[in-house]
Amino acid sequence: MTNTLHRYGHSDSFYDDYIIFAIPSRGKNDEDCVPKLKQFLRICAKYNPCNMGNGNRGSLAPQKGLGPAAHWFRNNEPDWEKVIEGVVKAGTVSAVFASEEQAHACLKEVIAADFGISVNISTSVENARRAAQTCNIKRHSVEYALAFNDPHDHLPNSQILGLSTMCGHGMVSFNMARKMLDMVREGRRTTDQAVTTLMRLCPCGVYNPERARRLIEQACKEQK
Amino acid sequence: MIISQTKCVACGNCVAICPMGAIYVDHSKNRALINDDACVECGTCYRGMSTENLNPVMVRTVRNVAKFFRFRFEPEPDVCPTGAIEMNELEMPRLIRQIFSDPVVEHKSTGIKGRGTEEVKTNDVSLRVNSGEVGYTIEFGRPGVGVRFSDIQEMTRTLAAAGVTFEKNNPITHLMIDTQTGDIRTDILQEKILSAIVEIKTTIDMVERVLDIVEEVNERIDTVIAIGISTRCEDGEDNTLGPLLDSLGYYYARAKTNMGLGRITNRIEIKRAEAVAP
Repeated sequence: MTNTLHRYGHSDSFYDDYIIFAIPSRGKNDEDCVPKLKQFLRICAKYNPCNMGNGNRGSLAPQKGLGPAAHWFRNNEPDWEKVIEGVVKAGTVSAVFASEEQAHACLKEVIAADFGISVNISTSVENARRAAQTCNIKRHSVEYALAFNDPHDHLPNSQILGLSTMCGHGMVSFNMARKMLDMVREGRRTTDQAVTTLMRLCPCGVYNPERARRLIEQACKEQK
Repeated sequence: MIISQTKCVACGNCVAICPMGAIYVDHSKNRALINDDACVECGTCYRGMSTENLNPVMVRTVRNVAKFFRFRFEPEPDVCPTGAIEMNELEMPRLIRQIFSDPVVEHKSTGIKGRGTEEVKTNDVSLRVNSGEVGYTIEFGRPGVGVRFSDIQEMTRTLAAAGVTFEKNNPITHLMIDTQTGDIRTDILQEKILSAIVEIKTTIDMVERVLDIVEEVNERIDTVIAIGISTRCEDGEDNTLGPLLDSLGYYYARAKTNMGLGRITNRIEIKRAEAVAP
């Protein structure tokens, strides 16, 4: 399961955010779907994704039993193979792209592979329309995200919301997004270090590190 | 979720990690604690944090020395140095918190991890939302606020009175005593969860009324709501719902778009379809 619909931002801010995911339907096309889902991810891995996930783990996951050296030398390399190997039953698998060209190229190959499994793209309405046109397919259904309804003023500012809502299940807390942003502002962490920390917290692997990097850099610039 | 008081060194890393702000450091005990009422059992602190298995006494000593000399210690912010966070065995009704809040826990009712269902993501094979129909996913509590079932019931009761149809394969619908009234099981009403999705379906002429109801009920319940609203495209285009939302003044920047690549491949379903074909 992924949840990518309610990412905070204006339409233009999704120019580097394309999530392509495959989801089998229970009782309809979930029979023997695991090899297809793995092949879907293998295709995605060829097109330079910035994250991938299988519903249980993303390409960068927390580790148990780290040694003390991890505070200085931590593995921050995405591991596509672990994501692919981790597909053991029917479920949603996904890949995140920061480039429209790469997303389109990936989608074209997925279409050619003809898995018979539902494939969705989560991005701005306009981006999705353009993807369908470029790949010469007709959109079947569309689910629009309406803005957050917050009459009791619970939500933080747009910078924090932008970073936090990229994990659709809410695993990247407002406090953690704020903490990482502050650490970068104060020079206690680099932007890349902050981004990988946030990315690890999203278990579905749909967090977009490229967009997060841009949002943090923008937030730091706005402060100047 | 529990924090082992023998292992915790009060480093405070888990405080910011918690999506509900339920973890705090008790300075009198020099340990982190969990506010059980605020905790939704999402597992972010347990699963999301990496761990070291350092000796708690050694870590406390180092921290005390550093504190005395006012050295700032800058550990990795998502690491629990002693593996102090533990997952405990939960029973109903508290178990319902984990089921709705932990995205890697599968709902038995839907077979899907997380709070929702297949929605229109598989509409090309399920035809859940057909031509002329509108599907809604009304999501409570996300981002970062949480919700109690009593608040969700306030909404489901009002929607039921308006005559909407609840999606039968939705986890919240499974918890209803009566889908005609929108009443939810009484034993879980006070339980707090990270989020939940109510799914309904109406004809297109009810869109304005449903969106008004959601907004009006949200004034009475202390949480945040995010709405997803879906339709089937005709010949690749949505010429009904999008224009209607425009005319009603709604802004919709983002969408999930089903590209129509799915088809029925399960053998039993193919046989069933062949049997009913003329």
